[in-house]
Amino acid sequence: MKQLLDGNEAAALAAKLARVKVISAYPITPQTTVVEHLADFVANGELDAEFMKVESEHSAMSACIGAAATGVRTFTATSSQGLMLMSEMLFVASGLRLPIVMTNANRSLSAPLSIWCDQQDSMAVRDSGWVQLYCENNQEILDTTLQAFKIAEEMLLPVMVCYDGYILSHTAEPVDVLEQAEVDEFLPPYKYPYPLDPENPVTMGPVGVPEYYMEFRYMLQKAMRASQKEIVKVGKEFKKKFGRGDGLVERYHSDDAKIILLTIGSLSSSAKDIVDRYRKRGEKIGLVRVRSFRPFPVGELIDAIGHAKAVAVVEKDVSLGSAGGLFLDAAASFINVEPAPLMLNFICGLAGRDVSPLQIREAVREAAKAAESGKVKHAVKWLGLREKLVGLEK
Amino acid sequence: MSAIPDVELVAPGHGACAGCSCILTMRHALKALGKDVIISMATGCMEVSTSPYPYTSWRVPWIHAAFENAAAVASGVARALKVLGKSHVKSVAIAGDGGTADIGLQALSGAVERGENILYICYDNEAYMNTGIQRSGVTPFGAWTTTTPVGKVSRGADRPKKDLPAIMVAHGAPYVATASVAYIPDFINKVKKAAAINGPTYIHVNASCVPGWRIESERAIEIPRLAVLTGAWVLYEVENGKLNVTFKPKRRPISDYLKTQGRFRHLTEQEIAEIQRRVDEQCKRFGIE
Repeated sequence: MKQLLDGNEAAALAAKLARVKVISAYPITPQTTVVEHLADFVANGELDAEFMKVESEHSAMSACIGAAATGVRTFTATSSQGLMLMSEMLFVASGLRLPIVMTNANRSLSAPLSIWCDQQDSMAVRDSGWVQLYCENNQEILDTTLQAFKIAEEMLLPVMVCYDGYILSHTAEPVDVLEQAEVDEFLPPYKYPYPLDPENPVTMGPVGVPEYYMEFRYMLQKAMRASQKEIVKVGKEFKKKFGRGDGLVERYHSDDAKIILLTIGSLSSSAKDIVDRYRKRGEKIGLVRVRSFRPFPVGELIDAIGHAKAVAVVEKDVSLGSAGGLFLDAAASFINVEPAPLMLNFICGLAGRDVSPLQIREAVREAAKAAESGKVKHAVKWLGLREKLVGLEK
Repeated sequence: MSAIPDVELVAPGHGACAGCSCILTMRHALKALGKDVIISMATGCMEVSTSPYPYTSWRVPWIHAAFENAAAVASGVARALKVLGKSHVKSVAIAGDGGTADIGLQALSGAVERGENILYICYDNEAYMNTGIQRSGVTPFGAWTTTTPVGKVSRGADRPKKDLPAIMVAHGAPYVATASVAYIPDFINKVKKAAAINGPTYIHVNASCVPGWRIESERAIEIPRLAVLTGAWVLYEVENGKLNVTFKPKRRPISDYLKTQGRFRHLTEQEIAEIQRRVDEQCKRFGIE
């Protein structure tokens, strides 16, 4: 049934439909209404779960770790500073191979303080051993969160579902909400193979001495790489049942494109609009959207953009001292691959700054220039920067 | 006084130091608790010495996640047990004094304030011993540690021990107790009592550290007993706000305790007199003569 839902409502409904048993969360803008909705579901008796009103995000993740290890389905949600505070425990959750699902309403990082959207927060924890799936719209938030539980529990990996703060979290869209019976059919009850249980005692989180630590990490990396297949499999299964679903990357008029925009998150929708306009004029511009950032879909990306002359990676994050996170991984995918497209990075939309059609057109123009000349003048460029304020005024 | 159960749920072969009294608190806590527990342990001596993969000393389910969050992990375990209907299994958090009084205080406060059904045991050896004897918030006044060295202008720890049990009482925890590794039957009684309560309970057990206190290993029990006999450490319980001092010693002078330990070796007669004054004050509050 279609309902008008904002992104946070979609995330909360997905957790409810997944019949989570322990929710442990702490309020932070713009995620807060996710936990408010879940609190309501529990208070109204619509969701039979323990709702833990913990004193911090660090404890939110810690409690999820304890609950997941004891053998119940857990969920939490956060943003920005909250994600940073729990970052220590993100590595522990993946190291312990606990299938925790978390939604993250993407928001910029302090300082200066900002509550508005960009993707610096989740990009900063990309090395934490969490599967990271990025959503483009509210329907995807609901669908991806449901899929996340299945992927997590099959692979014994935690999954983070990322979506843009405000742009999605607080914007209502029609969302097809699945029936409980349909979800129950898709998502079986939680089963963790090695729970903390006095009848069969296990030791979890031992000291990894040098003789063993590397093997633990290798196995985790192997599971992360293998989760690619599971993401595709679960996506296919979901599509078969519900008619919607995506794989690791989405291709949009990209197969014959000479210039490709590479994007992630809700920015993709705005950029697709621009692609449509170019296409109307017969210009071979396309777009590829990365849905799974971790694991990074190297092969699929090469397949999707390898034929282009130039790729403009447009993203709302920056690895300070280097370049955009998506750009870095996309560029690295082509190491030892020939021919490789020229690659340009455009940093834009930090802390909720509007990404205008003009900015996306500028990225396309720059990429076209590079394609024509065979040269990239500036690999990394900031779009929509108030140049006067930073002393760049010509 | 209860008999000490025969069951051994902390296996021998662990890596704790010779004469470590903290591992004895683990052993006896588990004797009191029995097998129907899930332990959430903070990073620290007891954690590293009992779980070097592929070995474990734990014959009960046990999880270590990080340093500052044993109370939060145990809270999650407790909620999951509730969901699963396993009311006969107790969620127990165990941490050292640093993991409790300092870095772990926020998670502990949150768990107790929320009324989580957990028993929290703090083994207090009065410094960060796992990292090599650094001062914690509960290092006693005057004690040498590597971060409260004795030098021309420094005389060891310059602040009194943070009163953590009092902080727990202030939270309204239904049961708060102190204990000592030198008084095992008292400790076992308290652990049993706390574990039977549905709600947040807290036990703070004083235990010696051979390298950290600069003592001989054969005196690892005698010296914490002297802490109790001199009034430096008071054994009591607070049940629903009601104080009960479980052992009132005929007090010996504080110097009997201080002079047994290298960490207090530098103290002058004057400084010892000052510590005696503080101990007298403390004992007065507990009605110990």
